[in-house]
Amino acid sequence: MADGEVQTLDYQQRRWHNIRKLLERSGPFCHPDFEPSAEILDFIMNSCKVLIVGAGGLGCELLKDLALMGFKKLHIVDMDTIELSNLNRQFLFRKNDIGLSKAKCAVEFVNKRVPGCEAVAHHCSIQDLDEGFYRQFHIVVCGLDSIVARRWLNGMLMSLLQYNDDRSLDQSSVIPLVDGGTEGFKGNARVILPGMSACIECTLDLYPPQKTFPLCTIANTPRLPEHCIEYVKVLQWAKENPWGSSTSLDGDDPQHVAWVYEKAQERATKYGITSVTYRLTQGVLKNIIPAVASTNAAIAATCATEVFKLATSCCTNMNNYMVLNMSEGVYTYTFAAEKRPDCIACSNTTRSMEIESNATLQAIYDKLCEDKGYLMKSPGITTIINGRNKTLYMSSIKSIEEKTRDNLKKKITELGLYNGADILVADVTTPNTLTIKLKFSNNLDDDMGR
Amino acid sequence: MASPSPKSPEQSEKNKQYDRQLRLWGDHGQAALENGHICLINATALGTEILKSIVLPGVGAVTIVDHNIVSDEDIGCNFFLECSSKGLNRGSETLRLLLELNPAVQGHAVYEPAEQILRDNPDFFKSFSVVIATSIPEKTIQDLAQHLWDINIPFVLCRSVGFLGSFRIQMKEHTIIETHPENEQIDLRLDVPFPVLAEYLDAFNIDAADLKDHGHIPWIVILYKAVQKWQKTNQNRWPMSRKEKNEIKDIIREFIKKDENGLPIEEENFEEALRAVNTALVPTFLPVKIQDLIYSSSAINLTKESSPFWIMCSALKGFVEAEGKGKLPLRGVLPDMTTSTEHYVKLQSIYRAQAVMEAEIVYRKVQEIVGQLHCDSISEADVKLFCRHAYDLHLIKGSNIVEEYRLGNAVTSYIGRYLEEPDVMMVHYILLRSAEKFQSEHCRAPGEWEPEGDIAKLKTCVTKLLSDISCTPFPKDDHIHEMCRYGGAEIHSVSAFLGGCIAHEAIKIITKQYKPVNNTFIYDGASTNTATFTF
Repeated sequence: MADGEVQTLDYQQRRWHNIRKLLERSGPFCHPDFEPSAEILDFIMNSCKVLIVGAGGLGCELLKDLALMGFKKLHIVDMDTIELSNLNRQFLFRKNDIGLSKAKCAVEFVNKRVPGCEAVAHHCSIQDLDEGFYRQFHIVVCGLDSIVARRWLNGMLMSLLQYNDDRSLDQSSVIPLVDGGTEGFKGNARVILPGMSACIECTLDLYPPQKTFPLCTIANTPRLPEHCIEYVKVLQWAKENPWGSSTSLDGDDPQHVAWVYEKAQERATKYGITSVTYRLTQGVLKNIIPAVASTNAAIAATCATEVFKLATSCCTNMNNYMVLNMSEGVYTYTFAAEKRPDCIACSNTTRSMEIESNATLQAIYDKLCEDKGYLMKSPGITTIINGRNKTLYMSSIKSIEEKTRDNLKKKITELGLYNGADILVADVTTPNTLTIKLKFSNNLDDDMGR
Repeated sequence: MASPSPKSPEQSEKNKQYDRQLRLWGDHGQAALENGHICLINATALGTEILKSIVLPGVGAVTIVDHNIVSDEDIGCNFFLECSSKGLNRGSETLRLLLELNPAVQGHAVYEPAEQILRDNPDFFKSFSVVIATSIPEKTIQDLAQHLWDINIPFVLCRSVGFLGSFRIQMKEHTIIETHPENEQIDLRLDVPFPVLAEYLDAFNIDAADLKDHGHIPWIVILYKAVQKWQKTNQNRWPMSRKEKNEIKDIIREFIKKDENGLPIEEENFEEALRAVNTALVPTFLPVKIQDLIYSSSAINLTKESSPFWIMCSALKGFVEAEGKGKLPLRGVLPDMTTSTEHYVKLQSIYRAQAVMEAEIVYRKVQEIVGQLHCDSISEADVKLFCRHAYDLHLIKGSNIVEEYRLGNAVTSYIGRYLEEPDVMMVHYILLRSAEKFQSEHCRAPGEWEPEGDIAKLKTCVTKLLSDISCTPFPKDDHIHEMCRYGGAEIHSVSAFLGGCIAHEAIKIITKQYKPVNNTFIYDGASTNTATFTF
């Protein structure tokens, strides 16, 4: 700091002059609550705590963007370490940093580059952090590549919501979530006001379904190079166990990738299929999503602008979902995603599930996995019968899975479930146990009385 | 157990580092990028954010032209400056920190103002792939734009003020072979099957197939047979209308095997055939866009200086008129479908072999032309790529920024049309232009010192510009007021958004893949709105 600046407060420094124009001047398009003052910059610098989730392509950009927008109390969480393939876009990392924590490296760099920035790193998974941790933030901004993790985080922020006695939302419990995502030349950014606007679970149908190949195609009628690679991945590896039965296939191990590549080539040659390449093999094995610096920069910047608006009220937020496509020109479209009145995450009501009274537990399980409103990964289902917890099915713990597996074939009525009964569901997509009320779609009268 | 030792060599370091982007533009796109040389005039926050996303993916070289000295305000919004940079040359400081991102990129800093280079050494700009400028005054914009137009170097003019930003791409002509369309038109020639294909299709007998074989008949065959059956009662016409296509669907449904109760058996290949009726029965045609290209004067009047693109267009025209019988060379790509490996591979090889044969004809024509013109040869691989993408070739004819600033008739009526609506994004364009005018008249950005006093002055500039394009003044001053509130401030996240977009467009221009913005992009961060205009 130059001598002349020793006496000035940090937010009065000349370097913040650009931002101060926005915050200390009023304009015709400001948010109605906005009152220009020097204190707003003081607030974002010294009080406003922002959590950045993910220190990858978006996270690096977000950390830089927010630090240069005046935010100092930044926290960033990421469990990953740096890899060579990150360096084409994650600009806070160098070759020397490979193997180190992304969160720590990013924080160290930005704190050094932007004086006064006090970013804090958390090298752990988001599930390792508890309610108390998340509750301390004013805003959470999320740049993840995993839908499951994004849904979990969304569930966490929704679980922090408090309701008044008249069932109205306690506004002070709302922590806004700004979420960004990219894939190749496309991306999206959105602002979620928990309990007030559409959340991640309200709009699950916006995520494209995962591309999978039917097993019979892979095994019997391969046509594409991908089918050959999938065959080696799914069937041949487990059969041959090239590195012994205790070594599972690791898409990051170049020896493993090379083995799969060669076996896939053999299979392709046998069937007259062409174009199995090393790059394609790796892409299929790791489900690689293409990524480039420019798309990440644009989406992260959009998110940072929205965080700045939320923190300062200097203008109104986007309403509430923006898609970006940069493959033909540069195109954006902003629309208001709709809140689901019975959303399992953000609605403060119990979701009900319609099911036939003679259905099996498997039918409930399948609904939880396949229905657009749930899309769960491996739901654990329990219920309360006569005041006692009863586990109906749980796949996450092996011994319990074995004990409860037979229940899947049983009729739900045999398991003690009835029309109006609550089931409690736990899944990796949410930190919360969800209560779902069963609603039988036939024989209503028969079962009501039980 | 001995560990297996696969013989395939590991990927190179470079391939690993760039893996995620190579999946988007391929090794040849990367090679083009590595041959690219970007010139940035003025390393503002916007300027360095642009360079960041071009240096990271590995452009060949960057040159920064900047005579400015680093100020506190620069440090506040530009990530590629340190506190210790204050008082030093902005170009060399930002260059040093940008090059840390990627040691493979070469960098140069030039301390002279762009105006001086234009005057003393205009050839300086000849060696660049793209010239990008931020924060240059109105006069320099026009001088630079004219010069770059004359020497045919792509130019991107960029602005970032408060929540507003824009960029304008100026290129005389930009041709793209690989446009990467989201939905590629399939090219199966069912209406005009080439002999090998016809022979293959005719050999199938749907009714005679047993259940297993029946379920493996490719939908292409099903569709072809259904149309043939339909044609028998329809004078051999090709089904065009919705009604006729529904009749085709009915025939396909008749083909489906029935169980002992007479109910149709679920057969995925027949379901696929039903779904394909609406898309795959489009008759083979020469798209108007491609017809315009191959009959344009650039393709007809070839010279020694003609680019490979136009030479290949000319050869393509030769093919269409002769061997192609009015059609483009076959694309040679077969979509995946439910069938046996044997059928699929056979069908695929039939399409591929025909495509290779037709591309070879085009290649021979290219060689002939190259021989006549005595110009550089074009590789067979390039011609194959060209033929593979013949349906999606794209040409952008650019316009000169100076014409836009001169406000000729075409420009004024174009702007006027949008303002009548009234299009708020075109209002932003007017404001950005007026702020530029203000700057050149008052030597400061509107509102730089204090906003209120400048509102009337900026309004004068806006009204003057609007009257030049025969438009009435804005009914309200709110946008003018907002511009004065910004006071010329550069906001980092706004520049970061634009920086990402502009870097992206520069990469498209250098790699000649994907369609760039044609030609003006406006961004309003306050309303999260964007628009594209074509001047």
